[in-house]
Amino acid sequence: MASESIALTVHRSPLQVVYEWMATVDHKKIGLMYIVYALLFLVIMGIEAILMRIQLAHSNSTFLSPQVFNRLFTMHGTTGVFFVAMPILFGFANYLVPLMIGARDMAFPRLNAFSFWMTAFGGLLLYASFFAGKGFSQGGIAPDVGWFAYAPLTAPAFSPGHSTDYWTLSLLIAGVGSIGGAVNFIATIISMRCRGMTLSRMPLMAWMSLVMSSLVLVTISPLTAAQLMLMVDRYMGGHFFDTTAGGSVVIWIHFFWIFGHPEVYVLIIPCFGFISEIVPVFSRKAMFGYPAMVAASVGIGFVSLGVWAHHMFTVGMPSYGNAFFVLTTMVVAVPTGIKIFNWLATMWGGKIVFATPMIFCIGFLFQFLIAGLTGIMLATAPFDWQLANSYFVVAHFHYVIVGGILFSIFAAFYYWYPKITGRMLSEMLGKWHFWIFLIGFHLTFDFMHVPGLLGMPRRIYTYEAGRGWETWNMISSIGVIFQAAGILIFVYNMIQSYFRGTIAGNDPWDAWTLEWSTTSPPPEYDFATLPVVRSRRPLWDLKHPDDPDWKYE
Amino acid sequence: MGANVVTIPAGDSWQLPSRGRTGMISLIVAESAIFTIFVAAYVFYIGKSPDGPTPKQILHVPIFATICLLSSSLTMHAAADSLRRGKTAAFRLLWILTLLLGLIFIISTAREWHRLIYGQGFTIETNLFGTTYYSLVGLHASHVIAGLAGLTIVAILGVLGKVRSEHSERCDILALYWHFVDAVWIVVFSVVYVIGR
Repeated sequence: MASESIALTVHRSPLQVVYEWMATVDHKKIGLMYIVYALLFLVIMGIEAILMRIQLAHSNSTFLSPQVFNRLFTMHGTTGVFFVAMPILFGFANYLVPLMIGARDMAFPRLNAFSFWMTAFGGLLLYASFFAGKGFSQGGIAPDVGWFAYAPLTAPAFSPGHSTDYWTLSLLIAGVGSIGGAVNFIATIISMRCRGMTLSRMPLMAWMSLVMSSLVLVTISPLTAAQLMLMVDRYMGGHFFDTTAGGSVVIWIHFFWIFGHPEVYVLIIPCFGFISEIVPVFSRKAMFGYPAMVAASVGIGFVSLGVWAHHMFTVGMPSYGNAFFVLTTMVVAVPTGIKIFNWLATMWGGKIVFATPMIFCIGFLFQFLIAGLTGIMLATAPFDWQLANSYFVVAHFHYVIVGGILFSIFAAFYYWYPKITGRMLSEMLGKWHFWIFLIGFHLTFDFMHVPGLLGMPRRIYTYEAGRGWETWNMISSIGVIFQAAGILIFVYNMIQSYFRGTIAGNDPWDAWTLEWSTTSPPPEYDFATLPVVRSRRPLWDLKHPDDPDWKYE
Repeated sequence: MGANVVTIPAGDSWQLPSRGRTGMISLIVAESAIFTIFVAAYVFYIGKSPDGPTPKQILHVPIFATICLLSSSLTMHAAADSLRRGKTAAFRLLWILTLLLGLIFIISTAREWHRLIYGQGFTIETNLFGTTYYSLVGLHASHVIAGLAGLTIVAILGVLGKVRSEHSERCDILALYWHFVDAVWIVVFSVVYVIGR
């Protein structure tokens, strides 16, 4: 079997290689395609951010026109959520979950390929608007309605042409892919675990993927429904969000945030999985409070479904509505706090190894904490009335997305790259990446809170001099240079290490989960014989037959 | 590589839920969320149309079609049951009966829409009620059509004698979807023809 596949790899033409990747149903190849695709879009959204930061670096700037600025923030946000964060997390889950639970593939390999290609097509369709937003003969115009596309901005009268339709259709299509992926993850995790892999022994990454997928089922679907309604309005002359015919614009806001808020948890929960896999390995201790961790994640999943209208305090709600959403939002802090304490307790008394994956996790812990604290501030309705739609909010959610999600994704890259490619990433470049990106992140987003507090609204293309916003914006923009440099080091590291990195071997980190028991990269069939497990750390049991975990669990 | 990590005493049974059933239940959860949003929009907009016609003026309650669709769940259940027991002839008969009942439902919806559109001139553009009515009922009808497509494939295979008792789990999974479509109709019917009318 192995010799056959080696023989095949020797004689393939480039066309055959392309065909092999396009027609593959292997969870590892599909996972990699998700990740590479998301990294390309990460660079694109980064360029959009750089353009916006150049525009905002000083007052009365004319670098970008207001129209282009609107398109840039719309595309930056939409790309970031749907075509960077989600595919990259789906990609890691695709690659890792079957390996971690001792399966040879996902439950439905063809559905898996279908889901990836739907997501990929959605992203390409969104960017096709740059060429065909007015119709192919008239040239391009990107969507400019903001990533939450509040009605009535999306009504035909205010959004002529097809740019909004590109936005709607691409999210609808990518949403079908996400739902397919989520169905597949759930079926895989519930039904494909190897012998002995009970739910209480599953790696936390698998647990988090299960919670994430369950959330996708109940959050992406409302978005799909809302997009269908918007299409009925735009194509068939419907009146869902048409105020002149009795429709309501507020109901779009509700539907969007019924999707939009849990979506944040769809993104952060797999990151909790990364952190929960990496922190124990580099603290040389078993995860502290595994059951509490699982319960807290499931708890966050449930609570997140009842908090959406904290995005709508300024839209206006009855006082009991405000009180309800303030309280539910604040309740999120409880399970989140449990998690942070669990990670700290795992590190406490451990023999911590400050390798690159670990330092990114430590950065995550600090930054995610601060992001949570500004979240609690914004959850207080009167505070939110003052600062909603200001740069304080922009700084808050970038603290979550960059400081939390992106840092943990970097940690995941440094941790699993050896498994995926068979070679280690350079530790030295990794440390440079970490420190330079950290400095850039804090320059940009720490200082971004201040103009928000001083009253700078989000989504303005420029501002007058003399309001005290200039210095803060300039510092934020300078931070982008460092962030871009950090990303360049990361990209260089990945390319260079692919060819020259030290050979990783099966288990370079002396880790405990099943993916490290097979070769790096794993063979197409993952495991020659399916593993059998008796504890949460099967590789520990294998390495320490005299003192296995299952004696204590 | 990837040898057996730890050996477990023999005789320890290891049974997990079927992946098809798990996948179908997940899909049903996702579909339910889509319907929830459409039903919420329908309920929110009841009586909010500034212009007529109103539901009371033009909607006829589809009692016969509803009886057909709901009883198709019973025949479907009986069909799946007979397949499990290896009674393929009874299975074929009951399955085709299910298909026919589903067809009656979708044809009666089509006739109702034809009457509304061509008879009354009532379209999705007419007013807010039209928008929500055609969207919600149409969303359900499209699910019925998807289910009928699945039923037809199995019916053809059944007539060709290709469906045997070892396929009963797959038929059960398709049945699950059909029961879901029927259950959604109970909600849609209540909202559109009882509460909203």
